[in-house]
Amino acid sequence: MSEATRASVPSSAVTATQNGAVQNGAVQNGAVQSDTNGAPITPRGVVHRGGTPNATLPALVERFGGAIVRHDVTWGETCVIVQRDAVHAIIRWLHDEPSQRYDYLVDVTAVEFREATRPLEVVWHLRALAHRRFLRLKVELPKRLPLSVPSIVDIYSGADWLERECYDMFGIRFDGHPDLRRILMWDSYQEGFPLRKDFPLRGRFSRAEQLKQALAANPEARYSMEELHIAEAFDALPEDMKRRLTVEREAHGDVERGA
Amino acid sequence: MTERRTLEVALGTSGLNAHGQPIRAPLTVQSGQAVALDARALREPEIENDHMLINIGPQHPATHGVLRLVLELDGETVVRCIPHIGYLHCGFEKIGEYRQYNQIIPWTDREDYLNSPGNNVAFSLGAERLFGVECTPRATVLRVMLMELSRIMSHVVWLGTTSVDMGAFTPFLWLYQERENVYNLLEGWFGARLTVSATRVGGMAADLPSGWLDGLRAFLKGFPKTLDESVGMLETNGIWAGRTVGLGAISAEDAVNAGLSGPMLRASGVAYDVRKDFPYLDYETYDFDVAVGTTGDVYDRFLVRVEEMRQSVRILEQALRRLPDGPINVDDPRLILPPKHKATSEMESMIHHFKLVMEGPRPPAGECYVPVESPKGEKGYYFVSDGTAKPVRWRIRPPSFVNLSAIPKMVEGHLLSDVIAINASIDIVMGEIDR
Amino acid sequence: MGLNPLPTRASVTVDPASQDGWVTSRLDFLVNWARAGSLWPMPFGTACCAIEFMSTAASRFDLSRFGMERLSYSPRQADVLICAGRVPLKLAPVIRRIYQQMPQPKWVISMGACASTGGMFDNYAVVQGIDTIIPVDVYVPGCPPRPEALIHGILMLQQKVMRDRFKDRTLHVEIEPDPDSQLYIPPSRIDELSEPFGNSVNQTRSAP
Repeated sequence: MSEATRASVPSSAVTATQNGAVQNGAVQNGAVQSDTNGAPITPRGVVHRGGTPNATLPALVERFGGAIVRHDVTWGETCVIVQRDAVHAIIRWLHDEPSQRYDYLVDVTAVEFREATRPLEVVWHLRALAHRRFLRLKVELPKRLPLSVPSIVDIYSGADWLERECYDMFGIRFDGHPDLRRILMWDSYQEGFPLRKDFPLRGRFSRAEQLKQALAANPEARYSMEELHIAEAFDALPEDMKRRLTVEREAHGDVERGA
Repeated sequence: MTERRTLEVALGTSGLNAHGQPIRAPLTVQSGQAVALDARALREPEIENDHMLINIGPQHPATHGVLRLVLELDGETVVRCIPHIGYLHCGFEKIGEYRQYNQIIPWTDREDYLNSPGNNVAFSLGAERLFGVECTPRATVLRVMLMELSRIMSHVVWLGTTSVDMGAFTPFLWLYQERENVYNLLEGWFGARLTVSATRVGGMAADLPSGWLDGLRAFLKGFPKTLDESVGMLETNGIWAGRTVGLGAISAEDAVNAGLSGPMLRASGVAYDVRKDFPYLDYETYDFDVAVGTTGDVYDRFLVRVEEMRQSVRILEQALRRLPDGPINVDDPRLILPPKHKATSEMESMIHHFKLVMEGPRPPAGECYVPVESPKGEKGYYFVSDGTAKPVRWRIRPPSFVNLSAIPKMVEGHLLSDVIAINASIDIVMGEIDR
Repeated sequence: MGLNPLPTRASVTVDPASQDGWVTSRLDFLVNWARAGSLWPMPFGTACCAIEFMSTAASRFDLSRFGMERLSYSPRQADVLICAGRVPLKLAPVIRRIYQQMPQPKWVISMGACASTGGMFDNYAVVQGIDTIIPVDVYVPGCPPRPEALIHGILMLQQKVMRDRFKDRTLHVEIEPDPDSQLYIPPSRIDELSEPFGNSVNQTRSAP
């Protein structure tokens, strides 16, 4: 029988050799600050722009210089915008490189701005637990081109659902994702991608139409073809249910298993 | 006069089988006589090697919300688990783009509804970073108190409902009585029991009413006893241990790679707590420990959460002692409404009030992400602002969403009844998962 | 508003001395009294209201006083469906199916603002009131409603149950939805029930 041990968490040492201005005895590393002993403290006096960047940034510039479009430090957080094609290699390097060790994926999301001409941004939030660093990585996707970025499921297993949600809400395809289908809305949702700016708050259809479509999505149809084949029960289903399921899958394309 | 029929049922059997037992042959009635059905026609199909497809949810008492799990079962053993979520998707992030910052705060209540005050604090921390302000010393300590009370409330629900899932109903009732005590405190302070909208950007919704601190002291005296009683019924209980030890373990590397956080991650042995590693609200000045487990099974998660409740009590006692006097709202006219008596008498204040209410405070263009340690894990709100009163993007980093995505790994190979226990140990809140 | 006082004339007369143990009553009264005193709820709890429902069922605001402590998670053994929490469109067929699985007589309590009208979620994802998909007997407003408010709603439902009469054949008739659209009220009525009430749908200014 295992026991939870009470342990005071030793903070990872943030040494004074990192890029950081020493102010009032505190080492500032952007929004991640430490006192003179290297223990983390609550950040104070975080500046809007022009703070000290993360220690990763110089290493990243040195290794992938050409792929980096620009970088800045907003409210103490280092943000690096990179080329779409280099994203997978960069994240792989950030994960594997011993001096970086970004072993924790915090979030994968996207941002669409209100200006119609501004590109969509796909945002990755990464964290290095051992070095106590936080990095924001972005890729800009112009709207006139197909929205797709590489998937990082092979690096972080936690990216699986996060990328599916990004696809569901924005329509951004993640190349290489094993099972990219909607996760929050139902599979055959027809109104579009909700978090896009051209999608109205109350949806595109009238309320009665929305209800009609929602109620028509039978609970049986919630079983994907994969699940039904597990039970080898597809042949044993009633005829009308089989027809309904087949028609639905054909009408909306089989986006499961990359078909 | 109705016809009466008499059936003669054959009392003899159709013979004995190889074990010397009477052959069971079902009987039916044909032309008034009992006739044995042809046993060969009734042979059951061979199904030992087939796998069953079982659907749990979305409406189910033990899924802690509207979660749907489709399980492929080999007998009682789970071979594969396919979770389906989205049954509580309510468009939070979309609505956030249509509301001013202070107007979004009621939505943060409803999203992780067991941790309402904690969500409010997390939101205010992020929004204040976006505005470039820091809250007052008094508000800082009040927010710490809210976060820890919220942690206790959430873990109490978790412990109560997990006990109910495993058949132990009493801890639920005892712990819910403690929750009622916290509800009384919150209602006295903010007027609402559950969805409090406790903070505002730049401060708090209201200051403490008189006598509130005594109420908190009374709660802190009584709660550890109730917790000890409830946990005492479970900790060394053979049934509880039998149903939780060794179940659903996940290794430290897998947990970090899957992005797990909170007690799920700490039970697997990774000592990552946002309060210690990326502190906020002066948490580094409080004396508390972080519970870290060893194997990452359900029992470890139970112990970690129980210990977290005890540490929260410790933090609350320290916060009580150090609560300073002073204003609760930051002195920034961009954010804070003028006092009511001025707004109704002075023209400038009235215009100030009007503009702040109608247009809302406008932060400079930028983005920020401030994580906090919610009872479920690392919670953070990612704001992107373009200088207008409504955010361009309001992203909720949902700890339960990422924690739940690891359930297929944890559940495979276990029995059907273990699925419920493992699901309960993740401590999910569908409001946060689906948003 | 408020509770109507129960009729004062006694529906049951008991006089053991004179009646030798016989009791007379109307059948309506006895059946309704039995039903109202043991309404087995099916808690269709989705969000925050479900937590307040759990608080109502817990020790302080004991639902057991009303005979409702036996929560039935199988709709086939339940009398009243308490929809506690917001119902998104993805969940709409589920609640419809669960309502259809309940045997008559059945009632529905819509607990909370979100179940009654869609609440603060006037957007693409949420059903604007479950009365657009299933018939509702009692609406309990609040966000979330206090346990006392839910109990008030339950008492109102009990009075409604007491008013049932066998001879009224329109009660407890299963409503069949339209087979094509699956709606049980006309689309125009749904749109009318779901009309927005003025929250901003504009991202760059306050006014709608």
